[in-house]
Amino acid sequence: MEHIYLDHAATTPMDKRVIEAMVPIYEEVFGNPSSVHAFGRKARQLLDEARRVLASSIHANEKEIIFTSGGTEADNLALIGTALANKHKGNHIITTNIEHHATLHTAEYLEKEGFEVTYLPVHKDGKISVGDLKDALKDETILVSVMYVNNETGIIQPVAEIGDILKEHQAHFHTDAVQAYGTLEINVEELNVDLLSVSAHKINGPKGIGFLYAKEGIKLNALQFGGEQERKRRPGTENVVGVIGFKTAVEVMREERGSRNQKYEEFKQLFLQVLKEEEISFDINGDVNNTIPSLVNISFPGTNVEKLLANFDLSGVAASSGSACTAGAVEPSHVLSAIYGANNPCTTNSIRFSFGAANTNDNVLEAAHRVAKIIKRLVK
Amino acid sequence: MMKENKDIRVVVGMSGGVDSSVAALLLKEQGYDVVGIFMKNWDDTDEFGVCTATEDFDDVVRVCNQLDIPYYSVNFEKQYWDKVFTYFLDEYKAGRTPNPDVMCNKEIKFKAFLDYALDLGADYLATGHYAQVRESNGKFKMLRGVDSNKDQTYFLNQLTSDILEKVMFPLGALPKSKVREIASAHGLATATKKDSTGICFIGERNFKEFLSEYLPAQPGEMQTLEGEVKGKHDGLMYYTIGQRQGLGIGGSGDPWFVVGKNLKENILYVEQGFGNESLYSDELTATDLNWINPDDVSQTFSCTAKFRYRQEDSAVTVQRLENGNVRVIFDERQRAITPGQAVVFYNGEVCLGGGTIDKVIRQNQVLDYVG
Repeated sequence: MEHIYLDHAATTPMDKRVIEAMVPIYEEVFGNPSSVHAFGRKARQLLDEARRVLASSIHANEKEIIFTSGGTEADNLALIGTALANKHKGNHIITTNIEHHATLHTAEYLEKEGFEVTYLPVHKDGKISVGDLKDALKDETILVSVMYVNNETGIIQPVAEIGDILKEHQAHFHTDAVQAYGTLEINVEELNVDLLSVSAHKINGPKGIGFLYAKEGIKLNALQFGGEQERKRRPGTENVVGVIGFKTAVEVMREERGSRNQKYEEFKQLFLQVLKEEEISFDINGDVNNTIPSLVNISFPGTNVEKLLANFDLSGVAASSGSACTAGAVEPSHVLSAIYGANNPCTTNSIRFSFGAANTNDNVLEAAHRVAKIIKRLVK
Repeated sequence: MMKENKDIRVVVGMSGGVDSSVAALLLKEQGYDVVGIFMKNWDDTDEFGVCTATEDFDDVVRVCNQLDIPYYSVNFEKQYWDKVFTYFLDEYKAGRTPNPDVMCNKEIKFKAFLDYALDLGADYLATGHYAQVRESNGKFKMLRGVDSNKDQTYFLNQLTSDILEKVMFPLGALPKSKVREIASAHGLATATKKDSTGICFIGERNFKEFLSEYLPAQPGEMQTLEGEVKGKHDGLMYYTIGQRQGLGIGGSGDPWFVVGKNLKENILYVEQGFGNESLYSDELTATDLNWINPDDVSQTFSCTAKFRYRQEDSAVTVQRLENGNVRVIFDERQRAITPGQAVVFYNGEVCLGGGTIDKVIRQNQVLDYVG
């Protein structure tokens, strides 16, 4: 049985070119970038080069890139770091109730630490409204954090509009762009964002590396202490090999983003086509016209997530859901609850299929047929 | 054509304990397509967000990874609450001593969970119970586990031949010591894990405290059957027939025992001496009868029975009544028969089925004071 991977929003396979770029670094470059000798300089040189590539990918300058261990750390640093550094200007933070837990749980932590947090609701189309944001904004607001693309539904949030509103406000604007980076062209100037989180493993790069873009001049407290790396904002010896893999993944992604998007959209359509032909009863969560091409979140009425995912896995189809079901704890998807209400069955019967490098037309079709067969068996 | 083992899917109910771990291991060694599933029936999350289920599931994960089998979890909290816990509370409210494990096997493990396993394409459901399934002429019988100290057929008395057809008990032919040995020899993560004790949802907690969260305790008087007041009780539900501990009756002479309850007047009856006459009976009636293979039992028959878990068998005569209930006549008088507990019947090694003890009778008189 061929195992078919439809969970690229969770993580992606590394691109061959990425691996090829990393291997020689493992073999040849082991210096510490902070060292004042040739070994160190070689490593530092590679780091600087990569930083420039990453900066240019979002139209930033290289001083604005802080390497982190990934998206979660970038989100933590953005939220806690700016909240602590700007405490004197106010204690109000705005975010949304559909953020990734890396943001949501950080916001909850800040609440415990005395900050006031407003969680913006989402509307039926899965988007937050700019009007709600305007209403929530106060003079004391110091930070607004709104994700660019939701990781469960793939819905694109009105980040540019928010950036526009916040231009004239003291609040810093952070966006978690982890799911957006691989599919959307990002320009931090045009978006007017001050902070932006990205992760390498979502774009066919290695795990354990990501970055936080922090606009020059932004005050940001470090969350860990040690050496002077990353301008003291993120001390610790740099993950040079990871950074090189990340750089290569970004270069490949920027070159191929357009054609990939086209291909992923095609996969999505093929997949949905099979479900329709097989007369499967399903609903797409969120507004399809405002969703990234690589992701579709589907509700299968009359089923439940734990049974679906186990059946899919046993038939070789890898997908996931926003509802956590580890250790048997049923937690309905917080994102779908926010959109459709906590008691809507879709919060516990929806599956996220996400397409990417591991897919071909053939294996997407095969996966769709397997999924259809399982749904037919379960919905009697 | 017979299917090969590799084409036979066996879903193993895994609790994170050593028994179900070894059950999965043995099936894997026999070449089956083994899938481990952790069942969560009770939410015991504490104020720090920690629950024992998380740790138990973590053990399931580690064992399944050692065995290289897929693992998932499933939640039956709602079904457990509706079918098991509600019954549990109702029985206590009625002054009886329920057996939630019997109900859990009947309603959850071998019904909801079995259905779930079948929905995953399973051919069989396996558990780490100490019991055995044997086929004869298309009928499936349940035999005691060979480790008489561990035999769990008492708790499985509500299963039927149709269910047993789809069930495997890989540990049934093994002594517990051998199970531990196998776990150690394979370096299983759960090899030295302590066996769980008590009722699953109460765990290590204080039983009294637990029950008082769900049922209001009504303290009342402790009296002898003659009406002599001997002290106060904390609430009838906290006591079971034959209990000696926790009565707090001082004085000289033999220790005191619970012999009955008067629910209407909220009186706990106590009498003195282990061998007190009022604790003994010679018959019982039982309801909710299940016969694993109805053809194995006639209208009236002799067999052996257990009235509690881990008790020696006693010889009895069973009379099946028209309403489906039974009258069970003891060859020798029995002590502390407790309404709400299961009575389970055996023919040699074969478990015939069982029911719930309802009335306790001595010399043709129903002992009203027992409940």
